[in-house]
Amino acid sequence: MAKRKTDLGTLYRGSPGQWSWIAHRVTGVAIILFLFAHVVDTAVVGWGPDAYNRVVAVYHNWFVRLLELGLVAAVLYHAINGVKIMVFDFWPGSTRYMKQLSIASTGLFLLAMVPITWIMGRDILNLSLGWNL
Amino acid sequence: MAVEAAERPPSMPPSRRTRGHGTGRERPAGGFELWSWLFMRISGVVLLFLAVGHVLIMHVFDGGVSRVNFGFVAVRWESPVWRTWDWALLVLALIHGINGLRVIVQDYVKWPSARFAVNMLFYVIGFGLFALGTVVVFTFDPSKWPGAS
Repeated sequence: MAKRKTDLGTLYRGSPGQWSWIAHRVTGVAIILFLFAHVVDTAVVGWGPDAYNRVVAVYHNWFVRLLELGLVAAVLYHAINGVKIMVFDFWPGSTRYMKQLSIASTGLFLLAMVPITWIMGRDILNLSLGWNL
Repeated sequence: MAVEAAERPPSMPPSRRTRGHGTGRERPAGGFELWSWLFMRISGVVLLFLAVGHVLIMHVFDGGVSRVNFGFVAVRWESPVWRTWDWALLVLALIHGINGLRVIVQDYVKWPSARFAVNMLFYVIGFGLFALGTVVVFTFDPSKWPGAS
């Protein structure tokens, strides 16, 4: 029993792989749940301009645009981390560099998010605060 | 149960003990779970281009969703390339995502009938959205609403 408790105690501390494993699941679930809604809202285009324009107006709201920034981050993280998983899967020797590859893939994600946050964040600030960035 | 033929060992995050060796899920030995494992990787590579491309084109560059309305879709779907892209993205993302949910459900929902019910719910939603999306992508005709775009 004591051993089990120790296992649980260290389950999410230590290797960076533990955090990316959780993050991969959380982003994956977030994306598929959004996709369920997104297929329906896009399908409304088949019911004509009045219906569709009313639905996409929701996406023009600044708070929804903030959630949209989170969606873009989730897709990008899931994609980059997915490549990292495949590197480990198909070149098992690369697990020796697990820590370095985890830092590299997280770094690539954060680096890509800088211009994306600027581009999307500018729109969000313009919409929410009436700025003109 | 008929639907879940071969049970997959639960996936574990790499633990401190296996640091340097553990890499998440072990590759399934064979059967359906190996095909599922392979599908996730092949569709993942394709989605790397389809989904990331879609997100950058539609949500980040060139004004993002602020430019999206009925007229935008009408012009975009004049091209069979975009219709094919969007349909492939619909199909692959749904299967990849719902298979991912199935893997997660195997880890967290232990009671067999509850697991069956949760999986069935996702399969039904997935099939319904596949049918809805497919019909709209291939039958959309903006000329039904003249002057709208």
